[in-house]
Amino acid sequence: MPNEKDYELRLYVAGMTPKCLAAFANLKKICEEHLEGRYSIQIIDLLENPKLAQGDQILAIPTLVRKLPEPVRKIIGDLSNTEKVLVGLDLRERI
Amino acid sequence: MAETDGQRELSHRQLAKCPTGITGLDEITGGGLPRGRPTLVCGGAGCGKTLLSMEFVVRGAVNYGEPGVFMSFEETAEELAKNVASLGFDLADLEKQKLLAMDFVYIERREIQETGEYDLEGLFVRLGHAIDSVGAKRVVLDTVEALFAGFPNEMILRAELRRLFRWLKDKGVTAIITGERGEGTLTRHGIEEYVSDAVIVLDHRVVGQSATRRMRFVKYRGSLHGSDEYPFLIDETGFSVLPVTSLGLDYAVSMERITSGIPRLDHMLGGQGYFRASSVLLSGTAGSGKSSLAAYFADAACRRGERCLYLAFEESQDQIIRNMRSIGLDLAPWVDKGLLKLHATRPTLYGLEMHLAMIHKLTNDFQPRTVIMDPISNLSIVASNEEVKSILIRLVDFFKNRKITSFYTNLTHPDQLEETSTGVSSLMDVWLLVVNVESNGERNRVFHILKSRGMAHSNQLREFLITDSGIDLVDAYIGPGGVLTGSARLQQEAQEKAAALAAQEELEHRRHVLDRKRQIMGAQVAALQAEISAEEEELQALQDQSKLQHKVAAEEREQLAAARNADSPEVKEGE
Repeated sequence: MPNEKDYELRLYVAGMTPKCLAAFANLKKICEEHLEGRYSIQIIDLLENPKLAQGDQILAIPTLVRKLPEPVRKIIGDLSNTEKVLVGLDLRERI
Repeated sequence: MAETDGQRELSHRQLAKCPTGITGLDEITGGGLPRGRPTLVCGGAGCGKTLLSMEFVVRGAVNYGEPGVFMSFEETAEELAKNVASLGFDLADLEKQKLLAMDFVYIERREIQETGEYDLEGLFVRLGHAIDSVGAKRVVLDTVEALFAGFPNEMILRAELRRLFRWLKDKGVTAIITGERGEGTLTRHGIEEYVSDAVIVLDHRVVGQSATRRMRFVKYRGSLHGSDEYPFLIDETGFSVLPVTSLGLDYAVSMERITSGIPRLDHMLGGQGYFRASSVLLSGTAGSGKSSLAAYFADAACRRGERCLYLAFEESQDQIIRNMRSIGLDLAPWVDKGLLKLHATRPTLYGLEMHLAMIHKLTNDFQPRTVIMDPISNLSIVASNEEVKSILIRLVDFFKNRKITSFYTNLTHPDQLEETSTGVSSLMDVWLLVVNVESNGERNRVFHILKSRGMAHSNQLREFLITDSGIDLVDAYIGPGGVLTGSARLQQEAQEKAAALAAQEELEHRRHVLDRKRQIMGAQVAALQAEISAEEEELQALQDQSKLQHKVAAEEREQLAAARNADSPEVKEGE
């Protein structure tokens, strides 16, 4: 199944802060609802791997990076606004 | 424990400084930027913010062994490395030596969708990682305002910036944050409100078509600092700031004397020439030989084995060398030996303060013991006389502080000989004047010493001769018609010579006459003596005759008596 994991997502966090935990919970929920079975989520804790921040040009925390499908998209914040997240992931037409 | 308390107390009283290693900047600030605190550097586009901050980091790493982090928001590490390679900074090598960490922060607004709450912890993590990777003591954020373009939520951004500067202070790093100058504010987004310790404004201004870069400290908390605008230069060795007004009149003076290069002039100056580290002004009308005199002074300095900086504002190096050859002075060997540096610039090349900056820099690099500026009057092309004067005051003080003898030439107008257009003569220790005097259909140069502080000097006018074999000063004649120079002087000399010859002949003649008189007198004396001895002889002869007659008479009487048979002797004679 080549397009089983066609949504490759990375969530950058810095420690288990409330914002990061909220972001992860929100992301999990959105993906389950809209991308069931077609996604993978990688959580990167910058406190453990600070070097990785440079590669994806991470400044804001939390940041969700859609590595695939291209082009790369970044969504910053705790992902509390589902509509905006869907727009950011190109799952909803931009208004 | 007591010791650390003591140190803490000291650091409370005195703000620790972090030397930047940038020429002049540390002098203005009394040691550098506030250590362990952020400094804001702001200014318009192309005014040198990035270069200043880069030099701060590089000099810190190279000169002071303090590793640094350069976080760039505008240019990539490769672009930066290329830009500063021309200044001799090898960023790649410093990174390899773990003295520098570079991080390029790229923000593309189009890629970013914002949803819900966030902070800039990622920036902190990256910066923290960079600092830890090299053990950085210095940090540059160039320019942090780019964040405003990347993040739409200004509330969060401002809160995070405040936290960032706090965090930098807690880290104890000395930081430079750059910002673009805004309308009515120091920076476009007003980040100066977060940086309360030191703010530097850079400026690139065009006045009268020449651009001058200037720097000003708007704020430097807890430290004395000059509040003036300081001109600065960016050239092949980087940044240099001029501490132009931080000089005083407290320099030590020298008793050492140095030759002017012209023996006769030395003689006029109390026999030994100028004082070392004094300032000499040579005024003169056009074509009076100012540059020649300056070149002789330069030559004399090189003969002593000292370096001499010759700042020419009218002629090129080759032209000066050629022209001096024509009067028998070859400067080329000194240039080849590295003792003489001829630096020719047109005054109009850049603003006055840039000239000053240039001169400072040349002086610092070349370390001359003699500096010649030929001529200073040309500087007033690019600025008002007042400005030129203020620059010259700074220069004179600067040279005196460095124990450099300075020699200035000044073009004067024939109708205002004893004043300089810029009014600088009062600054000078020695003031020489060469004027062209026109008489009898020719122009001749007359040399005066108007003043010479601290030494007995000649009050005599001299004629100033420039010949194939060099410069000479000869006595001028003062006659009823004024000073005689040139052919009038030669004529006078011929006349005197003739008069002296005539006097000599007269003397000879008199002596001759006297000799003859003496001879005649001698002859007369001899004749008289001869006469006397003749008379004496005659007298003797007469005496002898009379004696003889006497004797004969007596004999005859005796014979007569005998014949008379006189019996007694009582017969009286004559009876």
